Amino acid sequence: MMAQGAGMFTINQTIGSVLCCKCGILMQPNPANMCAKCLRNEVDITVGLQKHVVIVHCPECDSYLQPPRTWLKLQLESKELLTFCVKRLKNLNKVRLVHAEFIWTEPHSKRIKVKLTVQQEVLRTILEQSYTVEYVVHEQMCDSCTRVQANPDQWVAAVQLRQHVSHRRTFFHLEQLILKHDAAVRCIRIKQMDQGIDFFFSNRSHAVKFVEFLDKVVPVRHRNDKQLVSHDTKSNNYNYKYTFSVEICPICREDLICLPPKVAVSLGNLGPLVICTKISNNIALMDPFTLRHCFLDADQYWRSSFKSLLSSRQLVEYVVLDIEPISSEVIVGDSRYLLADAQVARVSDFGKNDTIFNVRTHLGHVLKPGDNAFGYDLFGANSNDVELDKYKGFVLPDVVLMKKSYEEKLQKKRGKPRAWKLKRLDIEVDNSLTRGRGDYEGQLQAEFERYQADMEQLPGELAKLRLYKNKDYKPSEMGSDTDGDDLSVPLDLLLEDLTLHKEDDEDDDEDDDMTE
Amino acid sequence: MATRLQFENSCEVGVFSKLTNAYCLVAIGGSENFYSTFEGELADIIPVVKTSIGGTRIIGRLCAGNKNGLLLPHTTTDQELQHLRNSLPDSVIVQRVEERLSALGNCIACNDHVALTHTDLDRETEEMIADVLGVEVFRQTIAGNILVGSYCAFSNRGGLVHPHTSIEDLDELSTLLQVPLVAGTVNRGSDVIAAGLTVNDWTAFCGSDTTATELSVIESVFKLREAQPSAIVDEMRKSLIDTYV
Repeated sequence: MMAQGAGMFTINQTIGSVLCCKCGILMQPNPANMCAKCLRNEVDITVGLQKHVVIVHCPECDSYLQPPRTWLKLQLESKELLTFCVKRLKNLNKVRLVHAEFIWTEPHSKRIKVKLTVQQEVLRTILEQSYTVEYVVHEQMCDSCTRVQANPDQWVAAVQLRQHVSHRRTFFHLEQLILKHDAAVRCIRIKQMDQGIDFFFSNRSHAVKFVEFLDKVVPVRHRNDKQLVSHDTKSNNYNYKYTFSVEICPICREDLICLPPKVAVSLGNLGPLVICTKISNNIALMDPFTLRHCFLDADQYWRSSFKSLLSSRQLVEYVVLDIEPISSEVIVGDSRYLLADAQVARVSDFGKNDTIFNVRTHLGHVLKPGDNAFGYDLFGANSNDVELDKYKGFVLPDVVLMKKSYEEKLQKKRGKPRAWKLKRLDIEVDNSLTRGRGDYEGQLQAEFERYQADMEQLPGELAKLRLYKNKDYKPSEMGSDTDGDDLSVPLDLLLEDLTLHKEDDEDDDEDDDMTE
Repeated sequence: MATRLQFENSCEVGVFSKLTNAYCLVAIGGSENFYSTFEGELADIIPVVKTSIGGTRIIGRLCAGNKNGLLLPHTTTDQELQHLRNSLPDSVIVQRVEERLSALGNCIACNDHVALTHTDLDRETEEMIADVLGVEVFRQTIAGNILVGSYCAFSNRGGLVHPHTSIEDLDELSTLLQVPLVAGTVNRGSDVIAAGLTVNDWTAFCGSDTTATELSVIESVFKLREAQPSAIVDEMRKSLIDTYV
């Protein structure tokens, strides 16, 4: 090369040919001076390599044992299985692997055959050779499957979630949040209990993680206990069952609360009669007469742990006769309020007597004369609340209006399917719960339906959930169902959700087909 | 005819023997087999002499010679020199050479008329080669190897060179030597030709690993077969013919 660069004369070198020393065919000289065929006959580069390997397979979960104790879920004839098979071969680092492929075998034969092509340098010549490795599949159940087979009820940690209220609305919402965040994927069993749900886990850390999740979405307090199941003194192994008792605060959205004097003072003389406007990991309270509001976090709440005076089941429907705003609109949190004086009458009284209440309400922005509204009837209520008795000389208002009523519109829509639907967790219902309760399933269904309707009425709340396309829903042919629009999800929002979850939905369909 | 043999389980017979048209040197081995094979082939025609050079057995690599003379390295003892002078015919000049490269067999390849030598040999040595062996001296390499004595073997009738020798080099060498040359191997693919093969004008000895193919190449290029070549050899000659001059 240098000579060429210097412009020197170089002789062109033509590679000659020699005879292969074994078979005598004409060939280019190579370091072994033997043609490839003869060299291959001479040396077998696969001689030290494994041709028969035993692999362990769990027939229950269709996984393969990666020693010492990892189980890999692999499909037959898959790329991953090929990688796994090749990795199981010892001594393969002595040669260079060029190609590997499956040779088809009957799945019941418990044999997997892989054809490997390897290269190795022999006598300064690179030889390539193919050979077949036979894997004998030994069936052996993996640890987790063995455990499940032995006792399907085996759990290590249980989270007992409770809320001591008369409705299940909180659990319906929590269920949606769990689905949205996939918080219960590690759960092995979910069981409906009286006033709550039990979640069972195969691992303590999964339960701890779940409790942490709950801590983030609802105001809870929890304690945990463990029970010794078995122990081995020789190896110092202790086997416990862990139980986490999680209690959700009994205050719910739309509850009327009479704050205990201490809490009221600590919140700057709020109330004492307040309504709960929102529950997340803290509690949003608002005085409906002054529009003052504040937040309580779980710690603050459980320090005093007050109960609600009246809850959403005790709401009574009123007719708004007149309404008069007394201040301008105020934005509290992410919702608007307008303080107003209203003249209302109970719907049940309508046409019977002339009982009219003059109340102050925070719903001045939505209520118009002639509207229906839900409120707490303190005039007719018999309250025996301890906290209320502590306030000497406190005069209760006759009515506390809670929300505008959309009953008429709901009546119109009743029976029609929604454009969206919500997924449900796979919750077992204990027989002891349903016994003597009549149509327990029906009650639950109705309650869930009410929850869905509630969610529809709250602006922005639906967008926080995972909505799935409802196959039963047929868009109205008229396309002029305008009065329902303000209640239902905006069309573009739903479409966005649909595209987001399209694949998910399709998977669902497939699952359905398979189970059918 | 070419003969296959071993020296004490080694197939490198060219290392342990030196064959010329006038004499044959054989290393002193543990068994007589090696010597007696040479004796059986050559006893009636030329003297077969058992010797060591500088106390070693690798005599084929240490000395260089033809029918005119024999060059010995400076490591040769006086006794060995005397023994060789006594044993070889009077017409053969035995001469010790003061050359730094003492493995003369590796550095010099010769027949009775021409010698190829290592490129770094002293001028004095070159002159001595010309005088003692009565040859024309060419400094050459074979397929890039400077040890010309190791990588080629030739007689007055033909020659075998390193398998990697290019066609151009082959042409050049056979022009210099005035004999037909062929690239080939001995001892089942070994390219160290002179180690596996020792040859003169009418016979050749090669290592016992040498295959039939290699043997037939050797026999045909050195023209060791007086009989008509068989059909196979004829065919092979066709494939070899392009490497002939």
